[in-house]
Amino acid sequence: MTATGPQAPSRPDLRALFLGFSAVGLSGFGGVLPFARRMLVEQKRWMTPEEFNAQLGLCQFLPGPNVVNLAVVVGKRYQGALGAIVAPVGLLAGPLAIVLLLALLYDAYGSLPLAQGMLRGVAAVGCGLLFAMAWRMAMAIKDKALFLPFTMLTVAAIAWLRWPMPIVMIAGLILSGGAAYWKLGRK
Amino acid sequence: MSVVLELFLEFALLAFVAFGGATALLPEMHRVVVENHHWLDDTTFTHLYAIAQAAPGPNVLVVTLIGWKVAGLAGALAATLAMCLPMSVLIYLLIDRWESFSGKRWQKAISLGVAPLAVGLVFSGATLIARSADLGWAAWLLVAATVVANLRTKLHPLWFIAVGASLGLLGAV
Repeated sequence: MTATGPQAPSRPDLRALFLGFSAVGLSGFGGVLPFARRMLVEQKRWMTPEEFNAQLGLCQFLPGPNVVNLAVVVGKRYQGALGAIVAPVGLLAGPLAIVLLLALLYDAYGSLPLAQGMLRGVAAVGCGLLFAMAWRMAMAIKDKALFLPFTMLTVAAIAWLRWPMPIVMIAGLILSGGAAYWKLGRK
Repeated sequence: MSVVLELFLEFALLAFVAFGGATALLPEMHRVVVENHHWLDDTTFTHLYAIAQAAPGPNVLVVTLIGWKVAGLAGALAATLAMCLPMSVLIYLLIDRWESFSGKRWQKAISLGVAPLAVGLVFSGATLIARSADLGWAAWLLVAATVVANLRTKLHPLWFIAVGASLGLLGAV
């Protein structure tokens, strides 16, 4: 093991956890997970790439904001319960302050025609980014013939029928997860 | 029941089904906040989504903004906490046991099975923003151009947001 190798871990203290995750939170737009990886694995070397992937597994497996989950895991690993609080707070504090500042501006100037126009333009772009994201996620699914029908059922139930999401997700998981379970058993 | 508490409980429930993160929750947050409780109207909801897009940070912050608009600072903190806390606690308890069930057939089945549902949720979110924003033909052109450019190029999303903001300022969309 060399000092420059991926195995050169430094044990971050609470302050380092807070500042490290603050930088991650402030550096990304529309998702900061790639920045979290860069900070943890490449810059600070708190984790090896393998460790990162293994821990990210559960963060992505569970629902909720993946990167917040990841901050909890990393915080716990180095500083226990306190770290598990400090790391996600660091991640969210900066962006939260900025977004609340924007909210104040919106309250003050949001009704001006210029602001309304600007937000309309950004919303249209945001809508396009969502469609593109859905497309990319769909293309990443391997067995499309088996799984994309569940996508269509979800869209029908959520966007068209406007059914409550918890019920749709539980039913969907039973059907889609059941299909996956069956498929896994056939290999 | 106070609005803040109600907001907390509604969003804490959503945290358990937020496969795909806060983005996947857009349709459900709209259903709860706009349609069921009438806390916000369509236009405000769309604007908050736009602001969250243009701000740095994790996607979950759209939840903060909704909380803010519904019940001020207490609402913002309650909504954010409700979205993050349940899974944070769960992951804190489960991470040391993750190795023992990762790779099991049921675990892989859930991971595989949830992916197509998440696609449906994000797609639904896109249609919902389009509907709430009441897009005209020029805006639809912008949506289509964004989809194509985002899929075909490696341009940073901020460029798209800047273009959208400028076109909006000029009154073109």
